[in-house]
Amino acid sequence: MSFSDLEAEAVHADAGPALTVRGRSPFQLAWNRFRRDRLALASLVILALMVVFAALAPLWESLTGHAYDATFPRTALDPSGQPVGPSAEFWLGADQLGRDVFVRASYGARISLIVGVAAAVVASLAGVVVGTLSGFVGGWLDTLLARLMDLTLALPYLLVAIMLATTFQISSVPASLLMTILVIAFFSFAAFGRIIRGQVLAMKEKEFVEAARSLGAGSGRIMVVDVLPNLVAQVTVLTSLLIPTSIVFEATLSFLGVGVRLPMPSWGSMLAEGSDVFQTAWWLLAVPAVLLLLTTLSFNLLGDGIRDALDPRADRVVRTK
Amino acid sequence: MLRFVIRRLLYAALVLLLVATLVFVFLHVSPVAVERVIGGPRASTETLAQIRANLGLDRPAIVQYGEWLARLARGDLGESYVNGTPVATLIAGRLPTTLWLVFGAGVLWFLGGVATGVFSATRARGLGDRVITVVVLVGLSTPAFVMALVLLYLFSTKPAEYGVHLFEAGPPLQEHFLQRMILPWIALAFLLMATYTRLTRGAMLDVLSEDYIRTARAKGLGERRVVYRHGLRSALTPVVTQFGIDLGALIGSTIVTEKVFGLQGVGQLVYQSIALGDTPVIIGVTLMVTFFVVLANLLVDVGYSFLDPRVRLA
Repeated sequence: MSFSDLEAEAVHADAGPALTVRGRSPFQLAWNRFRRDRLALASLVILALMVVFAALAPLWESLTGHAYDATFPRTALDPSGQPVGPSAEFWLGADQLGRDVFVRASYGARISLIVGVAAAVVASLAGVVVGTLSGFVGGWLDTLLARLMDLTLALPYLLVAIMLATTFQISSVPASLLMTILVIAFFSFAAFGRIIRGQVLAMKEKEFVEAARSLGAGSGRIMVVDVLPNLVAQVTVLTSLLIPTSIVFEATLSFLGVGVRLPMPSWGSMLAEGSDVFQTAWWLLAVPAVLLLLTTLSFNLLGDGIRDALDPRADRVVRTK
Repeated sequence: MLRFVIRRLLYAALVLLLVATLVFVFLHVSPVAVERVIGGPRASTETLAQIRANLGLDRPAIVQYGEWLARLARGDLGESYVNGTPVATLIAGRLPTTLWLVFGAGVLWFLGGVATGVFSATRARGLGDRVITVVVLVGLSTPAFVMALVLLYLFSTKPAEYGVHLFEAGPPLQEHFLQRMILPWIALAFLLMATYTRLTRGAMLDVLSEDYIRTARAKGLGERRVVYRHGLRSALTPVVTQFGIDLGALIGSTIVTEKVFGLQGVGQLVYQSIALGDTPVIIGVTLMVTFFVVLANLLVDVGYSFLDPRVRLA
């Protein structure tokens, strides 16, 4: 069928009043597929609630009258010094220092969401730049960048992350937040960059790149105008799946005491602090653990949903064949 | 073939050297002062200077680096700043715990992952497959330390009842070995088992749709034989590759599991050394862990090139 045939048919379809065919952008098509994925929608709702829970942290603080780092030894601890469980005053119980777990958990949600999203975005930006340059330019630059990525992947990431955090001992909360984001991004960009490099290498041989070159486009223009738009779907999926990994990474670092500085609560540090007493105070384990699991699970489901929506041909590795 | 192996070996050595140098540089700008740790908070400036001189820390960094490299070339990892014990001895004392932890978990997650993966693939979209899918997603979303804490909460006997945590492993591994290791193994294996279920399921589904599987069915072979002898055998190649890499990489990430269960392995050693600023130990462990990662990659690469001649050309 020639192009003029197609055009004729399109005009014909437009002409009939009952048969209006509207052009749909790839985004609309993806959204339509996404809307039918109930699991992904449910996880989107959960994540929205989590964002509200985190955003309203100051509100919880003023409603309960409990600042996140304030201790209430008289009301939060029973006569024997044990923390009190969930009650009207302490909605999700208190910790062993007499602090409000609900308020602390909402500040922890802020940390998890900020670090998870920011680290994933930084890592994917770095991965796209390095992967595209490495795959497209080739030559010595490719050798250098590919080896750099290999080297990063060979590093024992947890050890080096702890070492980095100790090396740049930072006492302020914002600085430690930035440091945590950068450390996580540094250890995530290489795997990302490798995948992008492979994609770009394959794309370089495609006809449309050849066509652009024959029209006189330079390498820089081809990379930005022809290659990058074709990576959008892949990058979106990889980034969304990198968020839960980054959240777990942050929680692990904070659990080990090298993440976000105290007294700013993080779910990881809450679990570390509670681990001595949760045999008798189960909420100190349950609250941060359930919130953490709910968040990472939702992001994973959402990522899977986005992948299915963006590429209907892609084999759903887990859910369906 | 020989050239390929030699090239990979040289590259592995280069990676080790680069990692060692990187760690050396990091630790040199670290503000954790070991003389403060050894001398105590009330040590005078002279005492601190004396400690630095004794450890050779007052010399230029480049001289220290050169000397350290020369010793390393002779297989000497140096001594701990804090108590003078050779680093190799320290690591040798801790390594068995970590290796037991990793290999025990490895057996568990590999067998478990492959079994559930095959089960899932042969019943794609069935009820069992769906249940496994949910469990896999939960597994992928659970941090190792959360799993460890939950297991400890559920199964550990209360200190008041027995006097000891039966499941909390202490230094002597021989006593109650299985009871002490079973929870750490499960905690460590859970997340990776999920990855392997996914991997095996995907590989199995790919293989089972191949023409030769249809041929095997057409010539009247039993389903069991088709799935296991013809299908699983070739589906396992990518799974085994990943297994080699993960096993090597995991030796560096057992810190959390060791911390929760109180296992005195390599992870705890480095965690404690970082707090003390005990540079030789930190570098030693990092080198050792990187060595395992590089070794695992090397074995996988070389093994692959034996199995698949196309890899050698790349």
